[in-house]
Amino acid sequence: MSLTPQISPMARIEQRTIVDMISRGKRIDERSLTDYRDLKIEVGIIEKANGSAQAFLGKTKVMVGVKVETGDPFPDTPNEGILTVNAELVPLASPLFEPGPPDENSIELARVVDRGLRESKAIDLEQLCVEAGKKVFVVFVDVYILDHDGNLIDASAIASLTALLNARMSNYEIRDGEVVYKPGYKPLPIKNRPITVTIAKIGSSLVVDPCLEEEQTMSARLTAAIDESGRVCAMQKGGMEGLTIEEVKAAVQIASRKANEIREKILEAAK
Amino acid sequence: MFQEKRPERLIDLNGSRVDGRKLDQLRQIKLEVGILDKADGSAYVEQGKNRILVAVYGPREAHPKHIALPDRAVVRCRYHMAPFSTEERKSPAPSRREMELSKVIREALEPAILSENYPRTTIDIFIEVLQSDGGSRCAAITGASLALADAGIPMKSLVSACAVGKIEGQIALDLSDLEDKYGEADMPVALMPSFNTITLVQMDGSFTLEEFSKSLDIAVESCKQIHEMQKTALKGKYLSIKEEVEEKEESEEAGE
Repeated sequence: MSLTPQISPMARIEQRTIVDMISRGKRIDERSLTDYRDLKIEVGIIEKANGSAQAFLGKTKVMVGVKVETGDPFPDTPNEGILTVNAELVPLASPLFEPGPPDENSIELARVVDRGLRESKAIDLEQLCVEAGKKVFVVFVDVYILDHDGNLIDASAIASLTALLNARMSNYEIRDGEVVYKPGYKPLPIKNRPITVTIAKIGSSLVVDPCLEEEQTMSARLTAAIDESGRVCAMQKGGMEGLTIEEVKAAVQIASRKANEIREKILEAAK
Repeated sequence: MFQEKRPERLIDLNGSRVDGRKLDQLRQIKLEVGILDKADGSAYVEQGKNRILVAVYGPREAHPKHIALPDRAVVRCRYHMAPFSTEERKSPAPSRREMELSKVIREALEPAILSENYPRTTIDIFIEVLQSDGGSRCAAITGASLALADAGIPMKSLVSACAVGKIEGQIALDLSDLEDKYGEADMPVALMPSFNTITLVQMDGSFTLEEFSKSLDIAVESCKQIHEMQKTALKGKYLSIKEEVEEKEESEEAGE
């Protein structure tokens, strides 16, 4: 069951300042309305994972590990590998996070990241089939939130795509339907590089990459995933209020303009 | 269970879809209000093969007490699918999909509810999908806003929802299960028609920016169409009560 979230009294006091500043085109961290915070990406920090990356978006810190294992295919896609995205809102990352089974926020986060990767066909899943209907490779993308200062969706999507680009799987051959690993590695079959861009509505303005204080002030947010050909491949609206039709269209336009800038940084980091 | 196979074409040469609809045509929609006895408000929605029941309880005392908010009602929403609602039995335990949909449906309805009128209470929305077809979240939102109105909860506007997608390269309204599965894109949209405010938009698949913009306009127009049906359904409940009373009076007069 999903229920109305509680907002801390401190956040309420800050709200007015943030709305006032944004109505004058200013933000509390002195960015422009369409700027991302500083983005830093590191790759290959976890040797035991097939691929890993850490994204620092301002003070938000997200680590992603990619693991590749064999498993059973889904009955309706017998000749395709499987992509699974999971997100953990680790309690050390924020006073708002509590240990326990995944809540709706972590499920939504994982599913939005998943949708961007899946719908843009970022991974060529057919190439991950070992034996149709019997055995396929499963790509686990595990998102680990380490420090929560807002815009977890974009930071997680950035770290996930980078970790996938960084991932290597062992060479293998198939003997009697079994996977036998051989020396050497090859990259995952990546076909597309989708970028999600989240835009918050604060007052009557649209701002890119909301930080935590801005998230607690925003009336709504819209996330759009833009693929390499500039098409929209996933969207998600969130937040307690609505958006006008013009705002939805404007947000998608902004997202499509920002996507290339982020994609270049990811490709640079994953090189 | 009978499984629908992938049809050779989703649109035939005459521009008709698998179920005989045109590209810009909604599925058959049936809306009923006030059909559950114990709930404060309720609604039943049929849209294509979707069969959805919604019940609203509240505003009522918050349980457990600590979830109550001092300045507004807490809105709680549960979207749940019956085990027999899909081709393969669905486990009754809430799936990740159901948890996400409960959240986005709540966020689609909250902007319409005047929750500040009822501090320290909860307003509970229970959605049961008895049979699912494509676009069940939209049908659920359409039904839930009717159930809220039926419960007498003050709202700024009804919320109407419908999806627009792309099949065989063409924009198509209100995708069925089959079209969603084999089509190229699906975009559910919820609208408060009195304010032209979009309260839900999700999308998966592949749209160019032009296709997206055109689809959004089509979705908004169709939501307005559904809004008219919702108003008729709400009035329908009271008309049927009026008729019942009148009939009773007539038969009493005749009996005297």
